[in-house]
Amino acid sequence: MRVLRRLGVDVIYPERQTCCGQPAFNSGFFDETRSVGRHFIDVFEKERFDYVVCPSGSCTTMVSHYYPFIFEDLPDERERSEALGGRVREFSDFLVNVMGANASDLGAHHEAQAVFHTGCHQRRELGLLREPRELLENVEGLNLVGWEKEELCCGFGGTFSVKMPAVSTAMADEKIKALENSGADTLISGDSSCLMHLKGRLQRTGHDTRVLHLAQVLDQKNGG
Amino acid sequence: METQKPARRRETEDRRHEGIVSGVEGFNERGRKAARDKELHDSVELFTGKAVAARNAVLHALPEAPELRKRAYRIKQETMANLDRYLEQMADNVEARGGKVFFAEDGEAVVRYIGDLARRKGAKVVTKSKSMATEEIELNRRLEEDYADLDLEIVETDLGEWIAQLAGDHPSHIVGPILHMNRKRITEVLSQAAGEELPPDVEALGSFARKRLREKFLAADIGVTGANFGVAETGTVATITNEGNARLVTSVPPVHVIVMGIEKLVPRFEDLSVFVRLLARSGTGQKLTVYTNFITGPRDEGELDGAEELHLILMDNGRSKLLGTEFEEALYCIRCGACLNVCPVYRQTGGHAYGSTYSGPIGAVITPLLKGQKDAKDLPHASSLCGACWEACPVGIPLHELLLKLRNQQVEEGMKGKGETLAFKGFENTMKNPALYKISGKAGRLVQKPLKKDGSVRPLPGPLGAWTDSRDLPPLAEKPFRDLWKEGI
Repeated sequence: MRVLRRLGVDVIYPERQTCCGQPAFNSGFFDETRSVGRHFIDVFEKERFDYVVCPSGSCTTMVSHYYPFIFEDLPDERERSEALGGRVREFSDFLVNVMGANASDLGAHHEAQAVFHTGCHQRRELGLLREPRELLENVEGLNLVGWEKEELCCGFGGTFSVKMPAVSTAMADEKIKALENSGADTLISGDSSCLMHLKGRLQRTGHDTRVLHLAQVLDQKNGG
Repeated sequence: METQKPARRRETEDRRHEGIVSGVEGFNERGRKAARDKELHDSVELFTGKAVAARNAVLHALPEAPELRKRAYRIKQETMANLDRYLEQMADNVEARGGKVFFAEDGEAVVRYIGDLARRKGAKVVTKSKSMATEEIELNRRLEEDYADLDLEIVETDLGEWIAQLAGDHPSHIVGPILHMNRKRITEVLSQAAGEELPPDVEALGSFARKRLREKFLAADIGVTGANFGVAETGTVATITNEGNARLVTSVPPVHVIVMGIEKLVPRFEDLSVFVRLLARSGTGQKLTVYTNFITGPRDEGELDGAEELHLILMDNGRSKLLGTEFEEALYCIRCGACLNVCPVYRQTGGHAYGSTYSGPIGAVITPLLKGQKDAKDLPHASSLCGACWEACPVGIPLHELLLKLRNQQVEEGMKGKGETLAFKGFENTMKNPALYKISGKAGRLVQKPLKKDGSVRPLPGPLGAWTDSRDLPPLAEKPFRDLWKEGI
């Protein structure tokens, strides 16, 4: 919110909003998802805005890609979801491609050796690989380092994390091993759910790696 | 930074919340064991890591790869839309060249056809080259059981398949059948077959295998192969291998039997230029495999090699019922194995955890489709839906979307447990009602108060325990964002 305002964006927060419905969608409960999706569309259609900015590649994809998928056979709702989906933009996508912003404009400053984890939806459905990196590379004091197997999923996968907990946790461990090898002290991502999963496992295994959302990093001005 | 907790809280073998969500026990249980098997993990990682690196490099060097992928998809789409016509064309062309064609509705029909043929020929030794279609129907076991009186010796001749056969094991990968075995285990298996201690080096093991398999190649009465592709317009079958064993299986014995899934068809010979370029690159990171064989009919007059008799079995076994459905794309698969190699789930568990012939993302899709969801209802959930499979697929099959559709089919057909169904009904009611959403948040914050410890939520019962057993869970924020917004953030 602060970052957007610093760029001169007029931000509104529709208070009746809830969830995009992805947990139900991923579990195969499409009727329930459609019902939640209708609420989402209703709430946002009532507002006047140019873009919906969403601080998660995963939730963005749900609306922009998978609402048209679940409403495929319902022409009216499909049309509405496509119209709305075209205006939903992931946070880094909005900053870089809509606002033409970079981190120096924001005066972002954060001392860290960091790796960036691109959430799977952001990577594959949205194809936003360059944007967050470009932003982070211009953050003063921040050294973005590479890490091995960075394209691998963190293992969260929504309800997958509780349906297949052992495999999900082993996937997180694979990421954490790569994180250790990178020498980074900070893990950044544009998706809170990946961060919640990796942070939960990092803490449980006694790591003190800092875990931050991209927006938190861009918000920091002096050292943080 | 908060105080350090005991570095590694004991992994809770006793508090077993794993698999608490019903319907996923099979993969969850096998996957849990596999994920803890260090030797297995190292073997799988070695193979998949190499395959992915080689694939990336060789595809990167082929600028037209994305275009080929689109063409491959379109060709398969066209093939499936006209499959009946192309199958007929294929059969006509094979027969015109002197081959015999048999349409097999299921595995049983394939077994009967080959068993009866072996009886008529008085066959003793059957050599086989690698074929997933025959794995799918457990051809070897069923021939040995149903035709026990023939006392057939059935020998797999792909090195990996042979080692799996000797060990009484099953392939765990479409392309690398024994990638789950390390050198030590392979040495054990081959030493036992040799009746002497073999040294654990590739040369010695390879030379034993070559010598032993040569004897079988020469003794074979019938050779059985699969097919990578069948070309309708010419009646040609392509086999694509690295070891050359398929050539010996198809040219030495007098009788050659091809077991081909009906979806392996392409309409035109020139279509192979698309698929052959994609297959080896995607599967093993090679531009071409060492052997690319085209077989068109049995040995003709004046020809020097080839079987005297050629039988083409076109096997359905559950495929045709997918035609024209939302699952049709599952039939576009060319069995390259790329989706297994890139799959983060497969990389933790290996193939046996899937409990089916086909493993990895494509296995999680086609197993329930071919066998029925009831017998494999855990598999559509064996994925984090990360989409790496779809990205890697040389035909562009949206595997992650097919998994989602399968999950939805389970809901629609009432295969879900009461708990999960109720949970998502509750989710729906809460999420479409902002007032209820607000109250749930409040309730959550109230309930979690006594559960908070060191900034995390304490271990929980029920499905959430499946999370807290191995990971910390952050509590809900003290104040919802909605309130911060109202207060003027």
